[in-house]
Amino acid sequence: MANSDYILEMRDICKAFPGVQALDHAQLLLRPSCVHALMGENGAGKSTLMKCLFGIYQKDAGEIFLDGHPVNFNNPYEALQGGVSMVHQELNQVLEQNVMENIWLGRFPMKGIVVDERAMYRNTKEIFDNLHIDIDPKQKIGELSVSQRQMAEIAKAVSCGAKIIVLDEPTSSLTENEVSHLFRIVSDLRSRGCAIVYISHKMEEILQISDEVTIMRDGKSIATQPAAELTIDKIVSLMVGRDLSHRFPQKSSRCCEDILLEVRNIKGAYAPAVKDASFQLRQGEILGIAGLVGARRTELVETIFGLRTREQGEIYVEGKKVENRTPSQAIENGFALVTEERRQTGVFEDLPIIQNATVANLAKYTGRLGVLDNTAMVSDAKWVVENMKVKTPFLKTHMGSLSGGNQQKVILGRWLLTNSKILMLDEPTRGIDVVSKFEIYQLMIDLAQQGKGILFISSEMPELLGVTDRILVMSGGLVAGIVNTQETTQEEILSLAAKYL
Amino acid sequence: MKSISTTAVSWKKQSGSVSKFLLSNAIYFVLAAIFLVMVMINPGLLTLDNISFILSQASTRVIFALGIAGIIILGHTDLSLGRMIGLSGILVSSLLQNLDYPRRIFSSMPRLPLWLPILGAMLLSALIMILLGLVIAKIKVPSFIASLAFQLIVMGILSLYFDYVNDSSPIGGLDDGFKAFVQGGFMIGSVRLPFLVIYAAIVTAIIWFIWNKTKLGKNMYAIGGNPEAANVSGVKITKNLLLIFLIAGLLYGLGGSFEAARTGSASNSLGYGYELDAIAACVVGGVSMRGGVGTIPGVLAGVLIFQLVSYGLVFLGVNPYIQYLVKGLIILLAISIDTQKYVKRR
Repeated sequence: MANSDYILEMRDICKAFPGVQALDHAQLLLRPSCVHALMGENGAGKSTLMKCLFGIYQKDAGEIFLDGHPVNFNNPYEALQGGVSMVHQELNQVLEQNVMENIWLGRFPMKGIVVDERAMYRNTKEIFDNLHIDIDPKQKIGELSVSQRQMAEIAKAVSCGAKIIVLDEPTSSLTENEVSHLFRIVSDLRSRGCAIVYISHKMEEILQISDEVTIMRDGKSIATQPAAELTIDKIVSLMVGRDLSHRFPQKSSRCCEDILLEVRNIKGAYAPAVKDASFQLRQGEILGIAGLVGARRTELVETIFGLRTREQGEIYVEGKKVENRTPSQAIENGFALVTEERRQTGVFEDLPIIQNATVANLAKYTGRLGVLDNTAMVSDAKWVVENMKVKTPFLKTHMGSLSGGNQQKVILGRWLLTNSKILMLDEPTRGIDVVSKFEIYQLMIDLAQQGKGILFISSEMPELLGVTDRILVMSGGLVAGIVNTQETTQEEILSLAAKYL
Repeated sequence: MKSISTTAVSWKKQSGSVSKFLLSNAIYFVLAAIFLVMVMINPGLLTLDNISFILSQASTRVIFALGIAGIIILGHTDLSLGRMIGLSGILVSSLLQNLDYPRRIFSSMPRLPLWLPILGAMLLSALIMILLGLVIAKIKVPSFIASLAFQLIVMGILSLYFDYVNDSSPIGGLDDGFKAFVQGGFMIGSVRLPFLVIYAAIVTAIIWFIWNKTKLGKNMYAIGGNPEAANVSGVKITKNLLLIFLIAGLLYGLGGSFEAARTGSASNSLGYGYELDAIAACVVGGVSMRGGVGTIPGVLAGVLIFQLVSYGLVFLGVNPYIQYLVKGLIILLAISIDTQKYVKRR
């Protein structure tokens, strides 16, 4: 069972969410003094596996050994005490406090009843010097750059005596110089006996910094190999290798040539912003939008919808320029947006289906005296339930008690009631069971056949390849390329997605 | 490569620092301007007597404000402050009356040493505040609602006591020693320095020490700034919250006792509305309602400025209804500036 070659062993970890097997006997074996890269597409199970390690999720099955002893952390603090530490992509720090206060939070050195600032400064400085980090321990964390904040977080892990440090997409917002500084710190840590789990999409980086690589796909650990034996091509084929069986509805070639939407050189005003994006969407077309986490796909559709401030660029609908400065203008111009975070920005959980279906369209039901026409609302809500095949006992059922798939169908119906021409769907099938997914694909194809244009953001390669006509690949806030779905491969899309990293 | 882009960062800091300085201190400039206008309208506002009076008025308010400021920095609020002042004031007044006062409530009770009833009021307030803290930390009731309920409960208790011991008529005849202890002052030449200012200074020093030098203080800022980060770092959130509420209770008890002696009598309306004045003073002084931000000098400045303007309005004989209006506008301005600092553009 426990093997003394490894400092951390995660064996046969399983974790299921409603409708999804997120981890299926996943495995991670980590040697001491080793940088171990964890790779896989979005949704392959990398973060779920880490969340099971840190006790943020409770695993359904499997065993974890640390230094040969079984462990089961209930929360990140227990993990920290056990010597396992994580540097998150979104750095979890107290911005208003200074660097050393953040590092020693919860473990301040004391001198009687007084916090010993001098010792705190000295200890911080010592760790910084050892790691060649040049930051003033007394500076406010909020005033530092992302890279410096990250280093402070790594120093905190070191100060806790961490034996294992997990770096989650550490270079996603760093400049080239900052990356090489980070790599030096990582090498330092390795030579002091620390083991590093390095989660990243950037293949060149991984081949450069890591000793071993574990590749995950569909919740399984596909392979663990020494980095020296791997090439980018090999990694990509391991990450991709799966078949596209009949998980998608039949579609006929249906695009016509009329341009429905044209976006020219759009640029967002506030970070994270789209840097420069142009594309055309034809009538009856499903245009997929692919990209890695942080490619600014959500920001692109939010900017088009007027949710984010547009600094530059124009939007044309059927050749006519539109402004779309606010969502209500966008809705008037025939746009619809199904948001990524369904719970936060999609559904009103405590309101019945009727309100949820009609909320974007209330002006249409408002009579002369400002009174809503209840009969019309009920009949429209009925139309949504019937046409979208929403499974619900009553129209008055509260949205919160429906499954994710049925909620998504109501939201799609909401936007059909507003007569929108351009549907922007941001990860519409995330967290939805297979049957509902198929129904949503079918709906998308039906709507396209009726002449609507659909922008379909997805992190799941199979559904992009299975449903779309063309795929726009974003990378680092830019359009890396637009490919014809019939002619492209997953490999081509993956390499485009890494174009501007 | 040794120093990674620190030059770029410090340069960026500099270019933004002037406007940042103006933004973070805008409220002081505005209020200083208002006060200057008042002085120009009536220079009599600036006599030493007036200043001495404003200082002693501000002293008790500093004590309350320091209590509630800790709660606000934690990310909570407390609407019960005013009634806690009332409770402490009534309790201490009923126990500290002159022996020869004809309507002495506990006529056969010997003269108590001053510290005893004051300490009692402090402990009672601390106990109630711990209960409030438990409701907030353990039952997870939002502090706004929990303290709203506590405000009513405390009002009920203190009014029942007030009615039972003194038939709901104001408690007077306060112990001469007690009044001298609170109302008195040193004469430095022709200038009178109220004792209250000294008490407030001592309290301020203690609270400054707690906020800046102890683990409790650092944890308070961390919990208010990012509760999740504090939790992950192993900070015991409930324990720290209860301690901050306990300190607030002690301060309410002490300040309430002083407030009764300062005004010379106590009824169940003592302290009415003080919570809003205290919150306003904190916000004016840069304590963020979002939690995690606030300093002792800020609270002092906030209380003092708010008191200067309030007193100035009274002194100039401004219509009381207009006084409400002006105070409301000041709070609105302060909160708007505070919000601007943190608003997220997208």
